[in-house]
Amino acid sequence: MAERPITLTIAALGGQGGGVLADWLIEIAEAEGYLAQSTSVPGVAQRTGATIYYLEFFPRAAAERAGREPVMALMPGCGDVDCVVASELAEAGRAIQRGLVTPERTTLIASTHRSYAIGEKSAMGQGMADTAELIELVRNHAKRLVLFDMEETAERNRSVISSVLLGALCGSGVLPFRKRTFKEEIRKSGIAVQANLAAFEDACGRAERGDSGFTGKAGPKLNQEVPAQARTPSLQPLLERIRALPAAVQPLVLEGARRALDYQDPAYATLYVERVESIATLEARPALEARPAAEGRPVALLEASARSLALWMTFEDTIRVADLKTRASRFLRVRDEIRAEPGQLFGITEFMKPRVEEIAGTLPAALGRWLLDSPRLRRWLSRRTGGKQIRTGTIFGFLTLHALQGCKRWRRSTLRFREENARIEEWLGRITRLAAEHYSLAVELARAQRLVKGYGETQERGWRNFTTLVGQLEFLATRSDGAALLARLQEAALADEEGQELARAIATLGSSAASPTMH
Amino acid sequence: MAERSFAKEVLSLRLGDGEEFHGEGILAVTKALLQSGVAYVGGYQGAPISHLMDVLADAKGILDELGVHFEAGASEATAAAMLSASINYPLRGAVTWKSTVGTNVASDALANLASAGVKGGALIILGEDYGEGASIMQERTHAFAMKSQIWLLDPRPHLPAIVRAVEQGFELSEASNTPVMLMLRIRACHVYGRFRTKNNRRPAFSAADALAAPARDYSRIILPPSTYAQEREKIQVRMPAALRFVAERGLNEIIDADAGEIGIVLQGGLYNNTLRALELLGLADVFGSSKVPLYLLNVTYPLVPDEWVKFCSGKRAVMIVEEGQPEYIEQAASQILRQHDVSARIVGKGALPMFGEYGVDVLRKGLAEFIDQWAPQLRSGGGVAASRKTEVSAVAAAKLAALVPPRPSGLCTGCPERPFFAAMKILQKEVGALHISADIGCHSFATLPPFNMGNSIMGYGLGAAGASAFGTDGGRRAVSIMGDGGFWHNGLTSGVGNAVFNKHDDVTVIIDNGYSAATGGQDIPSSRAANPNRQGNNSIVDAVRGVGVKWVKRTNTYDMRATLKVLREALSTKIRGPKVIVVDGECQLNRQRRVRPLMRKSIQDGERVVRERFGVDPDTCTGDHSCIRLSGCPSLTVKENPDPLRSDPVAHVDNSCVGCGVCGEVADAAVLCPSFYRAEILYNPSRWDRLTGRFRAALIGVLQRRSERKRLRYAL
Repeated sequence: MAERPITLTIAALGGQGGGVLADWLIEIAEAEGYLAQSTSVPGVAQRTGATIYYLEFFPRAAAERAGREPVMALMPGCGDVDCVVASELAEAGRAIQRGLVTPERTTLIASTHRSYAIGEKSAMGQGMADTAELIELVRNHAKRLVLFDMEETAERNRSVISSVLLGALCGSGVLPFRKRTFKEEIRKSGIAVQANLAAFEDACGRAERGDSGFTGKAGPKLNQEVPAQARTPSLQPLLERIRALPAAVQPLVLEGARRALDYQDPAYATLYVERVESIATLEARPALEARPAAEGRPVALLEASARSLALWMTFEDTIRVADLKTRASRFLRVRDEIRAEPGQLFGITEFMKPRVEEIAGTLPAALGRWLLDSPRLRRWLSRRTGGKQIRTGTIFGFLTLHALQGCKRWRRSTLRFREENARIEEWLGRITRLAAEHYSLAVELARAQRLVKGYGETQERGWRNFTTLVGQLEFLATRSDGAALLARLQEAALADEEGQELARAIATLGSSAASPTMH
Repeated sequence: MAERSFAKEVLSLRLGDGEEFHGEGILAVTKALLQSGVAYVGGYQGAPISHLMDVLADAKGILDELGVHFEAGASEATAAAMLSASINYPLRGAVTWKSTVGTNVASDALANLASAGVKGGALIILGEDYGEGASIMQERTHAFAMKSQIWLLDPRPHLPAIVRAVEQGFELSEASNTPVMLMLRIRACHVYGRFRTKNNRRPAFSAADALAAPARDYSRIILPPSTYAQEREKIQVRMPAALRFVAERGLNEIIDADAGEIGIVLQGGLYNNTLRALELLGLADVFGSSKVPLYLLNVTYPLVPDEWVKFCSGKRAVMIVEEGQPEYIEQAASQILRQHDVSARIVGKGALPMFGEYGVDVLRKGLAEFIDQWAPQLRSGGGVAASRKTEVSAVAAAKLAALVPPRPSGLCTGCPERPFFAAMKILQKEVGALHISADIGCHSFATLPPFNMGNSIMGYGLGAAGASAFGTDGGRRAVSIMGDGGFWHNGLTSGVGNAVFNKHDDVTVIIDNGYSAATGGQDIPSSRAANPNRQGNNSIVDAVRGVGVKWVKRTNTYDMRATLKVLREALSTKIRGPKVIVVDGECQLNRQRRVRPLMRKSIQDGERVVRERFGVDPDTCTGDHSCIRLSGCPSLTVKENPDPLRSDPVAHVDNSCVGCGVCGEVADAAVLCPSFYRAEILYNPSRWDRLTGRFRAALIGVLQRRSERKRLRYAL
């Protein structure tokens, strides 16, 4: 068949350097004796949107033989693309969606990292697309695949993704250009040459190896091993109690107990385990053997409760925040995250915004209530609260937070603790009462704790939604599909901030008791 | 100062006879103008023609040597009016803008120019913003050409062809005393290619010559009876002259082929994609020799009847490849063929979609349908694509549709407009939903997630005017938003002045980021950057006061509390009349371009430098993402929750963070959460820094180790 142009598509995000890569490739192609054409659609797409660059290369010699210039297209045709370079995983998916990647023809060079779209980021819970599924789809569509985390490669070499993509292209061998011409081009660009060359070489080598085999499947996050000996002998009995629980939940409960210990003290960890045990007895009850088969895991209730309970019992009060923010481990993490050189000085500024509610919550219960109940005092204080910027790196700033963290010993007497503790006990009570007759509904109630999270208004919104759901329990208990409905209500509660979806979902329940709360 | 520097491109404007130019289509046009002895160039920036303006703005030196006058007009209307210089004098002039939006703005001047007619070649270079990536409503420039009888060139997207079109455009304009439009599609403007250059030409006649001996010809004035004479002249003189020129100079191309019973007529701009489609169908080779005869319209208005008759006679069917709607060419062709009793069947829209961009796949499908119906024997050859599977399997397609997230455009990392729209979001939580009349510019992105704000967009600078109907009705005040670009483009008069005159009681926000940012960061009258060629620093506040606004407030977008305060006041104040708020915040793209190198240099020079960036503590973030819903900064993203007990992803600030400060402001103003921190990274610390640093580290270390010991007293 007669000579045809080599066609290449770059699928990138606006401002991610797809243009730089295209320019490099043009120069390289021309240096290698090819006629090159590239087109793009800048404009608004350049502002963080998904954008496409399209290039064609044709041997100058062949054109001269024919004595005519080849006619090059300005857009890729489905099934007519030799190589697609995707700077991000979802964009690889988009390229496949557009029919640019075909098993007969296309070499796909894609990074496995994700740059999340606004829709994924702004979800009130888990909104990210399933990487494992994306990877699987990407794997099934290309003729040849070069697949690895190019962002990580760029980061490691302190370079940019465009040099990694260029290296991957070179290593893939899909373009008939010599490696030294690629490298020459990077040198010519004259910016961060050493770093870019390092990234290029690195990527080139990985590309020669082809598919990194990355599956995107996350392993279990929870440390599965449960030691026989407690690190502190005095806690051995507590560990024994954990080891007496069903094996399936031991790692979870151990993590929960450790969390409670880290949060407060051994007594608090013990309280956690006690509460878990009381749920465990429900699981054990023979009456429950008649539990719906649909509820797959045997100890679903225990698992859900142990998880939710651990999170709820270690709710983020001002003391907890101060504690976490003053730890040495945190300082190290920040140093690592901001990429400070070893020994480089840096300051940390926190953005605390304690409202009257938070202040009252940290006070002894009686005092806190009195404060909240006296409007004049509230007003006086609220005029003095507002954005507190605390410089944790300075002596004064650190001491402030350190002192706050020190209030841990009085935590049990604080207003917030009393309130949360009461809420926890009420919630556990409901679970216990429900478990006998409506096991799966109890499981959903245990899971519903996930609605209550965050700080200030966010936390209040979560609690509002939670109580709204609780208000529906009576009705849901009368329904055979109560558990499924409660699960749907949870999703609805996480659909929007204004609670519109939740209101709609409740209306469709046709429940008479649609009032927000039951107590 | 535009978003990027064009120093390199400017050099290519100096290339002389026989040298090879490498670069973008729109830059080839720029070079072609200088080769054609253009005397003056104007325009208004906007994709896809911004680069033409940017390069000339950076090319002052060359322009001065050649005696070419260049200016960035206040609007497309200004640019179009500039062409009046070619009415009375043999001055070659060119103007450029984004079409059809810019052509809408310019059409008053254009209509008058077309009626008066021109002595010197007048070329209007239009970036046809149609199809994928377009940022405007979808219309055709073709209609403007027809209504005012301005000739329309649509050359092949191939640099030599584009350059030729510029040169021939001037000649055609002079031969027919009519302005000429040169239309280039988005991809043609940005196509990288090469062409052989010629020396630049000094204009034979200069503006100075004109001013020295002003020429006046009453018949060129737009007033009866001249206007009637001009209309007659258009039809009886200019049109025939144009047709003669187009035919004699062979501006359109006929590519003959053996398959004589059918043929394809196409717009020049669609040549490359059409040829590729034919090649994939096995009907053409890569060098453009086609099995089907082609009639290539490099001039799409006016059409040359004789050429149509010649091409279509004896053919059973002719396909017309014409992008966009209405299908003006198809309509005109039908009339021509009918009047000349040419029986060839016209196949166009129907086989090809009535609307939307004509990419290779669309064309391949349409052409295949045409060929299969009228000359199936041609396809026996099979063709490259015939064997190739092109569609994604239905299953995979469905999965992908579910998995691949939409990726709408948004405000850049550190954009100063972000904190303002976050403030607007908080404000609406307090006072309830507002009617917001939006405008054209980066701030248009606020109509997309996560802000989802703005009820209508009426055009560039028309944000305030768009709220007129709500201006005086006592209820909750309407808010209109306008960028500084739109404000100077026409918003000062059409919006603010109008609101004063009609006693509107609404709120107008003018976002002053210092540049015409969305079009590439060009300077505008209020730009602060020192620019030797222009007078910047013209105050928006003064201008607003000048047209009679009493209530004007200025606020910095990064001070969200102050901004909120001003907004609340504007909505609640007893004072009647328009309330104007100017929110300041320099475009981050331009700012970074200015600041980054300086910082790098200071660090190298050993100066003490503090670099700020933000971060999120994953152990206090609970994964609600309120912060992201209020900010949407690209550098504020999510990552898997490191906490084994939690599944909701945590917020995370990646390394693209420029430390603009919005995260802290949002966390503060919205009472979000304490997870955000700002890190101040210190370069080249002073001795004092090092001393206090050591002291702090020591003391804090002691305390940290103590509480660590306390914690580890008990461990499971």
